[in-house]
Amino acid sequence: MLDYAVLKFIWWLLVGVLLLGFAVMDGHDMGVGTLLPFIGRKDEERRVLLNSVGPHWEGNQVWFITAGGAIFAAWPLIYSTAFSGFYFAMLAVLWALFFRPVGFDYRSKLASPTWRNAWDWGIFVGSAVPALVFGVAFGNVIQGVPFHFDDTMLVFYTGSFWALFNPFALLTGVISLAMLVAHGANYLLVRTEGVIRERARVASLGATVIMLVGFAVAGVMVAGMQGYVITSVVNPDAALNPLNKTVVQQAGAWLNNYHTYPLTIAIPVLAFVGGLASLFFAARRCGVAAFVATAVAEFGIIFTAGVSMFPFVLPSSSDLANSLTVWDCVSSHRTLGVMFWVALVMTPVIILYTSWAYRVMRGPVTVEHIRATDHTSY
Amino acid sequence: MVLDESVVSLSRLQFAATALYHFLFVPLTLGMSFLLAIMETVYVMTGKEIYRDMVKFWGKLFGINFALGVTTGLTMEFQFGTNWAYYSHYVGDIFGAPLAIEGMVAFFLESTFVGLFFFGWDRMHKVTHMCVTYLVAIGSNLSALLILIANGWMQNPVGSHFNPVTMRMEMTNFADIVFNPVAQAKFVHTLSGGYVTGSVFVLGVSAWYLLKGRDIQFARRSFRIAAGFGLAAALSAIVLGDESGYNVAESQQSKMAAIEAMWKTEPAPASLTLFGFPDEETQTTHAEISIPWVAGLIGTRSTDKIIPGIDMLTAQNAQRIDRGVVAVKLLEALRKDPQNKDLLDRFNSVQADLGYGLLLKKYVADVSQATPEMKAAAVRDTIPHVAPLFWGFRLMVGLGISFLALFLVSFYFSARNTFMEKKWLLKWAVWGIPLPWIACELGWFVAEYGRQPWTIHGVLPTHLSTSTLSAGSLWFSLGGFVFLYTALLIAEMFLMFKYARLGPSALGTGKYDLETAAAKGV
Repeated sequence: MLDYAVLKFIWWLLVGVLLLGFAVMDGHDMGVGTLLPFIGRKDEERRVLLNSVGPHWEGNQVWFITAGGAIFAAWPLIYSTAFSGFYFAMLAVLWALFFRPVGFDYRSKLASPTWRNAWDWGIFVGSAVPALVFGVAFGNVIQGVPFHFDDTMLVFYTGSFWALFNPFALLTGVISLAMLVAHGANYLLVRTEGVIRERARVASLGATVIMLVGFAVAGVMVAGMQGYVITSVVNPDAALNPLNKTVVQQAGAWLNNYHTYPLTIAIPVLAFVGGLASLFFAARRCGVAAFVATAVAEFGIIFTAGVSMFPFVLPSSSDLANSLTVWDCVSSHRTLGVMFWVALVMTPVIILYTSWAYRVMRGPVTVEHIRATDHTSY
Repeated sequence: MVLDESVVSLSRLQFAATALYHFLFVPLTLGMSFLLAIMETVYVMTGKEIYRDMVKFWGKLFGINFALGVTTGLTMEFQFGTNWAYYSHYVGDIFGAPLAIEGMVAFFLESTFVGLFFFGWDRMHKVTHMCVTYLVAIGSNLSALLILIANGWMQNPVGSHFNPVTMRMEMTNFADIVFNPVAQAKFVHTLSGGYVTGSVFVLGVSAWYLLKGRDIQFARRSFRIAAGFGLAAALSAIVLGDESGYNVAESQQSKMAAIEAMWKTEPAPASLTLFGFPDEETQTTHAEISIPWVAGLIGTRSTDKIIPGIDMLTAQNAQRIDRGVVAVKLLEALRKDPQNKDLLDRFNSVQADLGYGLLLKKYVADVSQATPEMKAAAVRDTIPHVAPLFWGFRLMVGLGISFLALFLVSFYFSARNTFMEKKWLLKWAVWGIPLPWIACELGWFVAEYGRQPWTIHGVLPTHLSTSTLSAGSLWFSLGGFVFLYTALLIAEMFLMFKYARLGPSALGTGKYDLETAAAKGV
């Protein structure tokens, strides 16, 4: 079996990969859902947007579900602390997500414009709210969250719901939303034609600019922010009690990893490269290249957050020593090992059959196509 | 760490409500996915278009149901973390694994191919499409397997031990958890329950068309497939449910004793109480009708092993609570002095009873201060309430037998090809549509209410498992769920009735009765 320390690190990477999978796959249909009421001005246009993701959104959503399940299995303390601490934010995400499966499946089953319009806005809410709230949650995690444990490891969250909406977190929320909208718009460049494609191009350019400016501003804010540093000796290869360490706050500490490991600077640089490439390709209507570019930007942005905080995963602002790190928030050696092998075997299989599904359904979705398949399309 | 009692009750209520609601949609998904695969196999083998139309039409109803199954499943994924944070920490090492594997192995498969099932008709060869339909069915069934492995571990926590450093249960043997006999028995019983639900649904809706005299060719083929599949499913639900009963008797004696209202331990083999009025106050069952030997045979598969009654179980549990107090105190000492080998050895010798010590935390923060009254109350807590389990179980079994009867009769008249004239049978099938849902929900109620006072049987008491939320937060979320779920259910039922009434004419092929009637201007 692999060393415990190695597995702990691998699982940090794997959670990152699952979040990236979520952003790349579910992200693009959330982007399309957010753009739905704006790019689709008539019913048929909206149906084009819906059907461009129609056969795939369900499978894509499983990236989100699996990321949640994997965090439960690999980082149970993060799952329990973050989900219960961010109770109302999680409810907002969950209740918003309700509108997606029903929205997609029920919307076109009745001809009534009121019915259809209501579900369209439901899909908008179900797409935009999670994208925004995930970003807000990340912004709060980066700043530290007020929670502590008692000696039995029962967690207490002492912050308020409204405190989540501070300036930095709102900024990360906007970055997250803009990132998924840009990615979704680039997907539409691939799968649609004509006027819809032109509107998607404008949306892609605008959202990418917002994403790039937001990411740059967030970088400046993080440089001056109080980061966290472990000051006691931690043995990454042992099962650890998360309460047995000492942690201090230091201004600018979130940049320490870039000083220690200069190669990691490539990751935030990739976020900018991806964003700029998306502008370049979207302007020239190269859909596939633009889609890959925003996927690269998503990789850069998500892993920038992870690398900046490493080894912290969920710092506690109210009781620094209770902060959770990649070394002490994890499952047992055996569980990480079992889950690693399952992930190693299953991920390529999933990517393989998902690619096949996209290949089968390839080609542009048009208004004519919708008219011809009125009874079976969304 | 004494949690607010109202938070515990509200968290339980919210979980029960959202889980039971989720399971309104799951059994139909499980059952119909295989029925669709069977219909499509017939289409591929015979090439008759009517079978393809059957897959498409029943697939529409499947889709309306599936959307809410996915929606309400999201809640289940979130809720362990949001509302059961201590549970998630305490057992996430074991319980999280099957949930994550469910995503990777089952739900991805089901969800990716369900999209192709609906949208891929004209994009692939008919054999390929049939394989897609099978993959949807296999995915949904695998999904149930992994969820029931997680749930089976809550009922019978094998393959794990307590680690005082991390203060939680940890996995010692993954294979034991996967091949947990309780999980396997629950899996096959739950699946066959789903197949019964799917078959009753298709049988009942088809019977309605036959009663209306509409789309006869379409309806009678659907009826026959449902009758055949349903008969097999109803038989296995009963046989495999019996296997499940055997497992309950082995691993969860308190649940078995409560279901059977077995107040006193009987000499082997114990009798089976068919009917009666259990009375918890006096620990007796009034007007009892019982059959000698049967409970002993089902529960122990022998004539000489006893099934412990409530009297014997409470005596055993009182001893376990005493040892549990020792375990809790040793753990507290060990948390302060983690390097002490002697403390660790002593703790490990009693750690199997740690959970029983924790039961006292409902009454007192420091369990060594527990009074005899508190201990007596904790002992009483170890036996779930008898009457709801006694009645819930009997109602479920009665319904199960009625499904077997329905399918036997339907199958018999299908074989003789006279079922279309038997109005009473068709009416029975129509009015019987809601019954499998009642049986499924009762089954879950018996399984989970019968698990009380534990979330993990013998390991973690329910009253320690929740998050540290306020009662106000719970009222808010509960209200939100009730509101949203009610609205979604109205939309779902509306579409389900609308499309079921339309029948195959909903496909827009122009071949079926409502459309041809409209075309003729009737």
